[in-house]
Amino acid sequence: MSGAVTSPDARAYAVRRIMVPVCTMAVLLVVWELAVRTGMVPNFLLPSPTQVVAALVADASLLAQHAATTVIEALLGLGIGVVVGFVVAVLMDRFETVYLAFDPLITISQTIPTVAIAPLLVLWFGYGLAPKVILIVLTTFFPVAVSLVGGFRSVDPDMIDLLRTMGASDLQIFREVKLPSALEHLFSGLRISATYAIVGAVISEWLGGFSGLGVYMTRVRKSFAYDRMFAVIILISALSLALMFLVDLLERLCMPWKHTEGK
Amino acid sequence: MTAALTTDKERALELEAVNLTLSWDGGQDVVVRDINLSANAGEVICLVGRSGCGKTTILHAISGLLVPLEGHILLSGEDVTGVPGKISYMLQKDLLIPSKRIIDNVSLPLVIGGLSRKEAREQAAPFFERFGLEGTEQKWPSQLSGGMRQRAAFLRTYLMGNEAVLLDEPFSALDAITRVDIRAWFCRMVRGLHLASVVITHDVDEAVSMADHVYVLVGTPRAGIPTTVAGEVVVPRSAREGVDDFSLTSEYLACKRRVVELLGA
Repeated sequence: MSGAVTSPDARAYAVRRIMVPVCTMAVLLVVWELAVRTGMVPNFLLPSPTQVVAALVADASLLAQHAATTVIEALLGLGIGVVVGFVVAVLMDRFETVYLAFDPLITISQTIPTVAIAPLLVLWFGYGLAPKVILIVLTTFFPVAVSLVGGFRSVDPDMIDLLRTMGASDLQIFREVKLPSALEHLFSGLRISATYAIVGAVISEWLGGFSGLGVYMTRVRKSFAYDRMFAVIILISALSLALMFLVDLLERLCMPWKHTEGK
Repeated sequence: MTAALTTDKERALELEAVNLTLSWDGGQDVVVRDINLSANAGEVICLVGRSGCGKTTILHAISGLLVPLEGHILLSGEDVTGVPGKISYMLQKDLLIPSKRIIDNVSLPLVIGGLSRKEAREQAAPFFERFGLEGTEQKWPSQLSGGMRQRAAFLRTYLMGNEAVLLDEPFSALDAITRVDIRAWFCRMVRGLHLASVVITHDVDEAVSMADHVYVLVGTPRAGIPTTVAGEVVVPRSAREGVDDFSLTSEYLACKRRVVELLGA
């Protein structure tokens, strides 16, 4: 009964959720285009949206090659970062001493700016793939580790007591209760890590390399080709959004109970 | 582990708590002093006492989660003090795991016991009808009503395979009508399955309507007065038989009055 009453409202809200941001974006783009075309903003400072799209189309194949490099670096770094974050979180949850020893260190490590470490990594590991992947690992493992540790520690102690009355081992308690309970926390961290991964790859490419969107960005900046600069910024945003979308998809697959309607 | 799954035959089981003295978290402050309880197969005993008197601590000790300062837990004469896994325990909340379907929630004790998930599901499935859970096997816990969740939690407790069960305020989260229904259902199940059960409640009516024996606990541990058993009220099973509504009988009122007197209310 209540479902029949609320469903048109729910549909209307779903439409609004899409239409309001789309219309806002459209209005902003039109204002931007008009501001440039009428000369309110000088064209050499800010290209119009149509010029950016034209640059995106003109450089599509070149951008695709550079994007492939960035995506490979990001996925590799993110993958290793997730594994490292997971292992660190499990060790911190399992051994209190490890938690006490590494919790402040991990937090301090995240206060060091990425752009400050990147030149050192280039110095130590050269211009190849290694320093870029290491930088991405350093930036992506933290959200995963911190959110997972929080997830493991937020499990209801009664749930653990219940499993102990069943005679469960520590490994069984981890597998049956702690890990599933921490999944939601893991995906929150992973969503943040996914955005860090692409941006981290671009920053590491700024400091040296032969291919990648960061390398492309440096080149077009030096040639004052701001339409191409905006084109690559849009591409980086699109790649980050695509990666976040993949994380959401993965979450839906791994946590079907979260997306099931109540009775 | 699988004894309870295979038979409903009469058992000569007796669960006893002997001279139990307890503290919270192994400290030196005594919470519960010199408690003696016993429950036979097919019996429901209720522990009644004010909030904070240590009822849950007693169940933790009986379940093996807490080692007593003094005293023993005996199961048909075998000393099971401080050994989890020998006595099934249903905690205050239903504690169904949101990420597991109902069939996997209730069969969890069998998986913990070493069966594969497929074998555990096959062993658990036939019990769904008897526990009034048919059709819920593939549902998520969030899709069940409070009463159905309690039934699922009780089936999971039963599938732990032990002949003694402990229940900590199992019906407190339910609405009044559902509570009456599921209480009657629970008593039928305990007696039908010949389980020795210990139930915590602070509802005197609930205790008298369910129990064969009501143990009244009195004490204020937080004020330094350890809890003890103020008295035991026996509710004769014959008083329930052949009666439409036990709660309207003079025997019921006499038992309730005695419990209230012992509570010092």
